[in-house]
Amino acid sequence: MNMPLLKVEDIHKRYGNEEVLRGVSFEVNRGETKVFIGPSGTGKSTLLRCVNQLTPPDKGQVFLEGTEVTHHKSDINRLRASIGFVFQDFNLFAHLTAMQNVSIGPTKVTRMHKEQAQARALAELERVGLGDKANAYPAQLSGGQQQRVSIARALAMDPKLILFDEPTSALDPELIGEVLEVMIELAREGMTMLCVTHEMGFARSVANEIIFMEHGVIVEQGPPQQMFTNPKHQRTGEFLRKISELYGETER
Amino acid sequence: MSFLFKWEWLPKMASGLVVTVEVTATCIAIGIVLGVLLALGRVYGRRPISLPCSLFIQFFRGTPLLVQLFIIYYGLPNWGIRLPAFVSGILALGLNTAAYQAEYFRGAIQSVKKGQMLAARSLGMSLTQSIRFVILPQALRLVIPAWSNELILMLKSSSIIYLVTIYDIMGVSQKIAARHFNYFDVYVVAALFYLALVLIVSLLLRLLEHRVQIPGLGVHADRR
Ligand SMILES: Nc1ncnc2c1ncn2[C@@H]1O[C@H](COP(=O)(O)OP(=O)(O)O)[C@@H](O)[C@H]1O
Ligand SMILES: [Mg+2]
Repeated sequence: MNMPLLKVEDIHKRYGNEEVLRGVSFEVNRGETKVFIGPSGTGKSTLLRCVNQLTPPDKGQVFLEGTEVTHHKSDINRLRASIGFVFQDFNLFAHLTAMQNVSIGPTKVTRMHKEQAQARALAELERVGLGDKANAYPAQLSGGQQQRVSIARALAMDPKLILFDEPTSALDPELIGEVLEVMIELAREGMTMLCVTHEMGFARSVANEIIFMEHGVIVEQGPPQQMFTNPKHQRTGEFLRKISELYGETER
Repeated sequence: MSFLFKWEWLPKMASGLVVTVEVTATCIAIGIVLGVLLALGRVYGRRPISLPCSLFIQFFRGTPLLVQLFIIYYGLPNWGIRLPAFVSGILALGLNTAAYQAEYFRGAIQSVKKGQMLAARSLGMSLTQSIRFVILPQALRLVIPAWSNELILMLKSSSIIYLVTIYDIMGVSQKIAARHFNYFDVYVVAALFYLALVLIVSLLLRLLEHRVQIPGLGVHADRR
């Protein structure tokens, strides 16, 4: 049977009086890249955090390869270890070098031997083009470099999928390209990825599907081509036009 | 009036200095361990844990050290608990500094950026692992300046234990001064002993701060 890698079912989340997520469901197959777009405050970050339970949803279920992540008896630390998370503001561990940032997961969580973890960390740093920055501390790296280290940190855990929450939004424009290049490469290599991003060039080149969210629900989803040329909802078209203007759409 | 301090008193005062250093070091050690635990209890504990931690901190910060010492040394025997003077002194000072250190640690823990914990948890670390490998290593570095002040304060406050018959710098000085009716000279020398200790400790702490410093992390990190 071909079970989806990730299945998200009817997720609800409320903060105080505000219902931030109002029943969100979707599936992701192995090797797919899905791009989430939508106005700010729509619940995209909350949704990603519900997937790995950084934010437990009020209602609804998340399944990773058939295992219920949301179940109160699930080994959440173990499940999180196989779900990478890349944050908008990187969140590299400030007291650790790039190398240590990448190797701490394997050594402390999956209990890999130190030398092995270091070799792995170095390999992942090289994969994102930062082999020469292994001994630099986060504060000594540019934003783009920090974000690439944080991608390497996620990769070192051999994740089944990686969640990206606006990975380029905190970057100076000239640094966005180097991060997107790494993400495009990953997508092409078959990594499963859920990306909240408004970089439509990225979406066009690698996304299998664009999911447009507004007010805590999915308004429309479809392949990029269809979403751009023939959206079913007027709002989708308007929003896509708006972000294309705002973010430009450089071909990559 | 002339300076009547006799050099043969010095070895005695030096033995007092050793006691002061021992007592302070022990209290500070107790204070670090207990202070970190209290701070963690306040920050991460649910109410049944955080409330007692808060009350403890409130009590020891809200009452005079001398009263705390007297409760332990003179008061507890009424309840059948008779502690030696040395133990009482260390206990009072240790619990007191633990309460103050707890507040410094708490401030430092809370000033570690929120995303650090999120990143640790999303890697699959447990709460305990995240605290141990991510939060504390940063918080302990951030706390050094405030914590240095506390250590120096303790070094000086420890002088009150002479009141429960411990012969620290102050205890020895008081004895010599009273026997020879030479209060001024002896207490001035005692003050110089404390001053020397404080200067040495400040220097060592400065070195420590420098040694464990990491680029971009610390009180100086924000202004760049
Ligand atoms: N921890 C929180 N506590 C209270 N409200 C929150 C919290 N996190 C998010 N929200 C609110 O939920 C809404 C959705 O936020 P978010 O998921 O960050 O949206 P998006 O990522 O689409 O911009 C916002 O109105 C935000 O203020
Ligand atoms: Mg967001």
